[in-house]
Amino acid sequence: MMGLTLVPRTKVSRLREVVTPLIAFAAALVIAGIVLKAMGKSLMVALQVYIIEPLTTSWGLQEVILKATPLTLIAIGLIFAIRANRWNIGAEGQYVIGGLCGGAVAIFAHGWGGFWVLPLMLAAGVAGGVAYGLVPGVLRNRFGISEILSSLMLVYVAELLLDFLVRGPWRDPKAFNFPKSVNFDAAATLGPIVEGGKLHWGVMVAVLAVVVALVMLGRSLFGFAVSATGEAPRAANFAGFNDRVLTLQVFAISGGLAGLAGVIEVSANIGQLQPSISQGYGFTAIIVAFLGRLNPFGALIAAVVLSMLLIGSETAQIMLKLPFDMTRAFLGLLLLCVLAGEALTRFRLVRKP
Amino acid sequence: MSTAPDPGPVQPLIRCVGITKRFGSLVANDAVELTVLPGEIHALLGENGAGKSTLVKMLYGLMKPDAGHIEWKGRRVDLVNPEAARALGIGMVFQHFSLFDDLSVLENIALGTPGARADAALADRATRVARTYGLDLDLERPVWTLSAGERQRIEIARCLLQEPELIVLDEPTSVLTPQETETLFASLETLRARGAGLLFISHKLEEVRRLCSAATILRGGKVVAHADPRAETAASLARLMVGEGVSDVRAKAAVGSGPAFLVVDRLSVKPEISHGIPLREVSLTVRSGEVVAIAGVAGNGQSELFAALSGEGGMITAGTITLDGADVTRLAIGQRRRLGAAYVPEGRLGHATLPQRSLSDNITLSWHETENVGGWFLSLERLKQAAGAIIHRFDVRGPSTDPRAAQLSGGNLQKYIVGREIERKPRLIIVDQPTWGVDARAAALIRQTLVDIARDGAAVLVITQDLDEAFEISDRIAAICGGVLHTPVATASTTREAVGLKMTSTDRQAEVAA
Repeated sequence: MMGLTLVPRTKVSRLREVVTPLIAFAAALVIAGIVLKAMGKSLMVALQVYIIEPLTTSWGLQEVILKATPLTLIAIGLIFAIRANRWNIGAEGQYVIGGLCGGAVAIFAHGWGGFWVLPLMLAAGVAGGVAYGLVPGVLRNRFGISEILSSLMLVYVAELLLDFLVRGPWRDPKAFNFPKSVNFDAAATLGPIVEGGKLHWGVMVAVLAVVVALVMLGRSLFGFAVSATGEAPRAANFAGFNDRVLTLQVFAISGGLAGLAGVIEVSANIGQLQPSISQGYGFTAIIVAFLGRLNPFGALIAAVVLSMLLIGSETAQIMLKLPFDMTRAFLGLLLLCVLAGEALTRFRLVRKP
Repeated sequence: MSTAPDPGPVQPLIRCVGITKRFGSLVANDAVELTVLPGEIHALLGENGAGKSTLVKMLYGLMKPDAGHIEWKGRRVDLVNPEAARALGIGMVFQHFSLFDDLSVLENIALGTPGARADAALADRATRVARTYGLDLDLERPVWTLSAGERQRIEIARCLLQEPELIVLDEPTSVLTPQETETLFASLETLRARGAGLLFISHKLEEVRRLCSAATILRGGKVVAHADPRAETAASLARLMVGEGVSDVRAKAAVGSGPAFLVVDRLSVKPEISHGIPLREVSLTVRSGEVVAIAGVAGNGQSELFAALSGEGGMITAGTITLDGADVTRLAIGQRRRLGAAYVPEGRLGHATLPQRSLSDNITLSWHETENVGGWFLSLERLKQAAGAIIHRFDVRGPSTDPRAAQLSGGNLQKYIVGREIERKPRLIIVDQPTWGVDARAAALIRQTLVDIARDGAAVLVITQDLDEAFEISDRIAAICGGVLHTPVATASTTREAVGLKMTSTDRQAEVAA
């Protein structure tokens, strides 16, 4: 029997690192094209829907950026946690709690609030995300509970809490029994950057987060401590970086940024609280963080590419009559290709002797 | 001397012909020739990285040569895996034991013996083998209660049950006390007398001269000589191994020239891991200007002691540690560094350094608390400059000007790590296994450096398994065994045998009688 095995490369060239994701992307396109062709769909329409329209029309481009904003914010936070080898799978929950806390301020101030509402909302969203993110961190430090499980399970707690609130105490009495809160006032709405445009100030916040994260991870002692803890915990301990404090720090950062993404989305895009305020951003952001190779700038690029495909998938359901599951399968295909490419940059595939 | 010996009338047990093995651009074995006769203890000599382990792995079917072949009793064989090697009659005793701590000796023997169960029949066979070769074994005891020497005997018994004709021993004495080594040699001598061939891998030249009647010496993957160790001196063998003469350490520090800097008073520590060694009322003083060595077989509490002294871990249940009069028992490693302490842990990769980071990045690990590395924003320039200074001063050789830690050889990396701490001008340096797995030249440089900084007034504490090293550099020497530290004595007034005896005793009173 002939087998294949992976052998580490002695040297990885810079060129290979840059070109590989592009080749992986192209390979995913080719495979998806073959599948679409076999299904009897038009490749031209598919290309139009997935790539050309989102990138060339002003509507499409704005939608892509709007979707990439929460993805980028959450992914930036996750990069800190993952680099420290702390697995925060619960960004979705922290995002929901952020939106919920910010929304609470808006509902509370409904009808009488002033200029202070928006800053207070953002602060409440961040604080909510931090507090909710700290729970798995504290559980890990105090009881040694796996943060993977606790953070994931807290997602469902957050979602059900939001569901309860918008069906019960926070429901808009004038909404004909629909499970949603009152519409936020103008004072509680994060406005557009350009009057009349769709892009809101949250986009700028995401870009700022990328820049700050780049500096912190690349140049600061804190960033070094984060990476050292992930790469070699004993060496980090030798350096005197406190592992428990660091756990809380990275959970606070990732929870806070997820909460910020949540409150921005609620305030700028949705304008009220409703049972569903996320489209799985917290989970998709994990993919974004990895596709971006745990680099903030990489995450920004990955967020744009993924949101382009997500928007393409929505259109494809209508234009190509593709089943919803098919569009999800294409996302999985892309992820597989990129990960395979990643492996092949560092390893060579050779025949087993 | 440098030509292969004539196999003579005796049929060789095993013969390696032109064995070559490459890893990428590195040639680990270059046309290696090796012949072992039955009834012979053959030494395979070489420094770390000379290619000994690679060659042995091919003899045991764990790797395949890229070129050349192996002959077993004159017939060409293809060793595809360890089973094939064992079926022919090749047995192997590894340097690192593969035993299950929670199982008994007999159960461990059963696990390593194909088709065997831990029943009375196996116990019978094991007892017989053990008696024949003088291997003292208690089959019922759980492995975690055993010393390194006893554990090694399990491995040897396990190997002998397969009735091998060729036995490969990879650095078997590196974890043994002098007394345990004597017992091992007696067993090996019995094996040889019964006609087995032994391949004895070592870099301890005195042992090789005593035990072996033939030697193959590797340097940089090539056979540099076939020699009769009995006809050579340790110095001439060392020259063959290393290439040029290795200088001895000059001038020890004056004994106890300064005030006490590190004072450990009746320190008891509970281990963090199961089967870790608890420290029992350890007391120790290291004065400025002296080198104190703690000698002991691995796994007798050295790691726990290092962790407690550095502040890295372990639950201190009683006792105190003071640095220059300040109580640091509850302080973190960073705060201890502020008081002038420096630490070199045993693990070079993943403990003392981040393997995938450059040497300049790795400066930050032990410097950020006390030295200027740029403050909250690290100064890459400052770090590069610091790394450059260490590389220059300690002759660290790597593939580039600022290589990743994992790219350096053991010796060069250790020079960097020791250099990194010395560059901080510490008042106390604690080094765990300073030259473990380090080539002879680097080891000499590191030992010299430690002696020199002691002479310049630093307090130096060295924890080592290498008794020769302890005697070479220390002013006072203490043995550690089972978490008990014996009282240090002046090195000049004790002997290897006396220290060796304490290395196997947890009775602090015994030394008074000795």
